[in-house]
Amino acid sequence: MAEIASRAEFSADDADERRRLHVVRLVLYVVSSALAFMTVAPLFYMLSMSLKQTNEVFGTNLVPHHPTLGNFVYVFTQVDFIRFLWNTFFVSAVVTVIALIFHSMAGYALARLRFPGRDAIFLAMFATFLISQPVIIVPLFILARTLHLLDSYAGLIVPSIFNAFGIFLLRQFYLGIPRELEEAALIDGASYFRIWRSIILPLSRPILSALAILFFLANWNSFLWPLTIISDQDLWMVQVAIANFHQQYNGSWNYIMAASTVVALPTIVMFVIFQKRIVESIKTSGVK
Amino acid sequence: MRDPAAEIRKGVRAAAPSIEGGPRLSNRARERIAGYLFVAPDAIGLLIFVGGPMILSLSLGFFSVSGFGEYAFVGLGNYRRMIADPLFWRSLEVTILYVVALVPSLYVVGLGLALLVQTNSRFNTVVRSLLFMPQTVSLVVVGLVWQVLLVDKIGLFNQFGAALNLQSISWLGDPRFALFTVIGISVWFLMGFYMLIFLGGLQDIPREYYEAARIDGAGPVQSFLKITLPLLQPTSFFVLLVSTVAAVCGSQTFDLIYIMTKGGPANSTSLAIFYIYQQAFLFNEYGYAAAMASVLVVVLMAITVLLFILTRGGRFTYG
Repeated sequence: MAEIASRAEFSADDADERRRLHVVRLVLYVVSSALAFMTVAPLFYMLSMSLKQTNEVFGTNLVPHHPTLGNFVYVFTQVDFIRFLWNTFFVSAVVTVIALIFHSMAGYALARLRFPGRDAIFLAMFATFLISQPVIIVPLFILARTLHLLDSYAGLIVPSIFNAFGIFLLRQFYLGIPRELEEAALIDGASYFRIWRSIILPLSRPILSALAILFFLANWNSFLWPLTIISDQDLWMVQVAIANFHQQYNGSWNYIMAASTVVALPTIVMFVIFQKRIVESIKTSGVK
Repeated sequence: MRDPAAEIRKGVRAAAPSIEGGPRLSNRARERIAGYLFVAPDAIGLLIFVGGPMILSLSLGFFSVSGFGEYAFVGLGNYRRMIADPLFWRSLEVTILYVVALVPSLYVVGLGLALLVQTNSRFNTVVRSLLFMPQTVSLVVVGLVWQVLLVDKIGLFNQFGAALNLQSISWLGDPRFALFTVIGISVWFLMGFYMLIFLGGLQDIPREYYEAARIDGAGPVQSFLKITLPLLQPTSFFVLLVSTVAAVCGSQTFDLIYIMTKGGPANSTSLAIFYIYQQAFLFNEYGYAAAMASVLVVVLMAITVLLFILTRGGRFTYG
């Protein structure tokens, strides 16, 4: 009896409950749309200001009244921006490719091959995860000076290759690949290098592409290291270039925003294209 | 190490079965050699460019280094100088304030956003990407954009404020506000990343737990406190650890300060990591800078240990 009564009560509440859920969902939609808009608004204003004329820069209107590309023309003609963009692209691409090869090899060995000291090596590598570059910037600079890496592409590239994050993620990924594939190849007499090259690498294409994007973005956006070891203007990376541009054209915000847009647009576009991959790889990187 | 190709070739030769009839390596030995060779490039690189400098930093603190690279042993001289340096103490104070304000804010905002967009729908996918968007832009650009938005009187923020009849605030020029402005911008920049980390953690919690709790009559608040928070513990530990490290010495800390305030006004944003950089590269005081960096490392290690104890081991995996 009691059971039937409660069940009847339940269905009477159902419609009410559903209406309440609708309201909740509507509120959530509004709140998250508003937050998302507020989050990207500063970036839209950057774009907007880069298209505005000097007298209009501080207007609250997001859409310029008299849009102009003059600021961009000015930036590209006043400083050698093409060169800085090329430097940055070159360094970021080389670092990304070498890092992926090294990290994939290390990740594979740490996940699969048995050799004495493996776990200790992994732990030591993982510990470096907590050492951020600003903390060791002084000795790193002295080391680079000793190795004659100041003011060179090698100085920009080599120290940026090594980071524990990539090794860690790849090892995690390789732990999840079934062993059978490699065992068959081993019995056929393939070397470990062959196995890595023709079985492991093709299998890791999805995670490698996600990491490639993350590494490229990180290097494109890096500032402290290029700032520290480069004084030769021909080797400037783009972030250092706009920081200097800002000092030189202090107050000419339409030019500064145009330069910022040129620097930020490639990364934003890259993110929009690959967002699914990037979001997934970060989501799984936290706890494993 | 300099020539990875040669190393790989060596690896191939070592790992390939020797057909020519030379001394055949056992499978066990082949696996070992391959293992070491595969790990070598990264292991050596990390040792030279991360581990080595770390150790070098600790010992460099006992030396005085001239601009021309001459070293003189000064014992605890740098540390004595530090104790008497009011700017050093000021920078520690600012750093502590920054960490204490930033880390909990990031935790709350990151988790809050993750809960807001946790159901998988096309709408939420777009919202997640938009919330993450600031992360893709460089901190130099971030610093420049916010600087122009916060310009005194005519900046957008002060114009909107004026429309609401608020007094114009010098967000970056007033020592009372500058640090909190930087903290706000740091939250804006970093929140998307922590939201994604929390989303990953939330997805690992089995749906059935919530179902069971609902049937038992638990409200959303109760199931959050009794299911979500406890099961999120590993994620929480990770987030607290990473955000603390980032707050003390992450690049967002340095880059933003360098672009926006250079430590000012009145040293109110002079974070330790920035003060160290100034000492090293503005005044060529490498030894003194290294000594201060060592103190920072010790503080970081203490925080890590404390977090470890507070989270009862902070296991990275369940069970």
